[in-house]
Amino acid sequence: MTHNIITTRRRLIKGGLAAAAAVAAPAVLRAQGRRDLSMLTWAGHADPEVIGAFEEMHNVRIRAKEYVGGDQMLAQIAQSPTGTYDVILSDAEYVVQLQQAGFIEPLVPEDYPFDDFFPEFQNFRGHWFDDRPYAVFLRFGFLGLSHNRAAMSEAEARSYRGMWDSRHEGRIGHFDWHLPNLGALSLLNGNLSPFDLDEQHWTELSDTLMSLRPQVRGFYDYGGMLSALRSGEVAAIPGIGDWITGVLARDGADVTTTIPEEGGLQWTESLSIGGGSRNQDLARTFIQYMLSPEGQVKTATLKAYPAMIPTRSGWDRLNEELPGEARRQNMVLNGPNALDEIRAGRIRLRELPVQQSLETWNDAWTRYKNA
Amino acid sequence: MTSPAIAARTPARRFHFLFNRAWQALWVLPLPAWLLLFFAVPLGLLVAISFWSVANYRLTPDATLSAWRYVLGLDFLWASFWRSYGLAMASAVAVSLLAFPASYAMAFVAAPRQRLILLGLAIAPFFTSYLVRIYSWQVFLAEGGVISSIVQALGGKGESLLNTYFALFLGHATLALPVVLILQTIALANVDRTGISAAANLGARPGAILLRVILPAARPGLTLGLLFAFLLSYAEFVSAAYLGGGAFQTLPILVTDLVRAGQQWPRAAVVSLLMIASLLATAFVTVLWAYREKG
Repeated sequence: MTHNIITTRRRLIKGGLAAAAAVAAPAVLRAQGRRDLSMLTWAGHADPEVIGAFEEMHNVRIRAKEYVGGDQMLAQIAQSPTGTYDVILSDAEYVVQLQQAGFIEPLVPEDYPFDDFFPEFQNFRGHWFDDRPYAVFLRFGFLGLSHNRAAMSEAEARSYRGMWDSRHEGRIGHFDWHLPNLGALSLLNGNLSPFDLDEQHWTELSDTLMSLRPQVRGFYDYGGMLSALRSGEVAAIPGIGDWITGVLARDGADVTTTIPEEGGLQWTESLSIGGGSRNQDLARTFIQYMLSPEGQVKTATLKAYPAMIPTRSGWDRLNEELPGEARRQNMVLNGPNALDEIRAGRIRLRELPVQQSLETWNDAWTRYKNA
Repeated sequence: MTSPAIAARTPARRFHFLFNRAWQALWVLPLPAWLLLFFAVPLGLLVAISFWSVANYRLTPDATLSAWRYVLGLDFLWASFWRSYGLAMASAVAVSLLAFPASYAMAFVAAPRQRLILLGLAIAPFFTSYLVRIYSWQVFLAEGGVISSIVQALGGKGESLLNTYFALFLGHATLALPVVLILQTIALANVDRTGISAAANLGARPGAILLRVILPAARPGLTLGLLFAFLLSYAEFVSAAYLGGGAFQTLPILVTDLVRAGQQWPRAAVVSLLMIASLLATAFVTVLWAYREKG
């Protein structure tokens, strides 16, 4: 009887192990065949809700290295061996530098749904070299004057000049990066090409910047801006947009971004295939996924910071699945929408300085912080 | 005539003597090795990097003075320097004054067992992250935070205290106060009690005993506390960024700005070397003052 029990127990264990092996085998085999795709990106783009379905579908594990700022992104690539990153997500203005340094591969236009893009984004400036694209437009947003409604009304925010009002002394915040701040003030000065300034206009811009210093509360990073705007610590922050206020509004904070009459800036994020990538086929498939309606909706509703999307099918899917978010981000299909702002010429691309060096702009910013 | 001691040394004794010396040296070795590895080598590297250049965001070994010329030519460099130095010095003095009554009580009022418990409590903050402690100050100092709510409840305006010199001082004190408290308490606890008794027996008042007996006797330890508070505040970045809102351009903030702007590590190295030089000079003068008129 004892023998029978032992036999039965052994059989049970053996049977159990065999069953477990049979159940686990596909997963083990699948894991063995799994490929890695490395991505250099801003924060939030490799969250499971964004890339999880793609990973599952293609048996891929995406290994993301996150950076903060274009300079850091370029340094990260420059200091890594060729081929370290398969996919690179960068701000559009840095694509030229990536291309000139040989850090990204040329793309085959037919591989990507450029016909599905709204006309403004099809042949995007700085992405095409000798009729070949090196980056694909993924998402974008507008930068204007973000404000806490209780501290600064929408009517006041219709001009950047509102920041100089004595009621806002010590209540203006800054995102600690010269490009969007100087760009916004350049628009205030009436420069139609806010980053292409001759000596006189550059001097005027420096003077405008310095005159704002007494109003300034502080210079913040991403987290600092969220808490300062939410609490009303600062009334307004120029040169940022829905990528901050959208996150706060989702949590019920009374904040918004107004594009002043002087105009706003457009930030753009693009995807490229890293120079010397050994997984170019997979990188291409990933970029195609992110440009598909499914990928576009995921990137539009990214938890870290929302953004607008450049494809018609993406807008269709967003309006179908999340009409409230489509309305909130001004991507409605029937009626005025974000594209009207671009078509009316109220939005200028954020660029690198044209006539001054990046260093000159950075020095002016540091001097301003120090004033 | 030769020395009998040397003459008496046999090869076996000489070997024993050398073995003992080597054994002693082995015990002493970790200190110079540590200093070499973690001070001299990094410092040498920092000096070397200050003469390197940056090409395409990549640090390139070079022998150029461009980083030195750039940094020393910045019109706001010395404003940043004196702001940093002044803030650190003011914080060090304020923290030392703030800590003194507590240190005095622990040294002269508390029983030895109580002193141990109190010193344990003083170092308890070190068991938590400094960054978390700084973030928690934001809850108190922000608009609508604890302090402003209390002030508003009492009828005041209750404005935010963030991004002020006061907030910056709180950050420095959070970092330095426990260290200063411990150093001051040890210094005061080691003051010879017979001198105090003698002064009291001769009719000296408590104030005179403090100024003429206790403070001079504890001066080296108290000065060391002041120096440590200065060192910690001078190099402090977190509270300058998160409590000062980056609005007070201190040297650590300048270092991060320089690195962020095109990965300019050589320029950051120059600022760091300026900081190290001024720290060493301050430490040297402070220690000289602490031990003057001492045997």
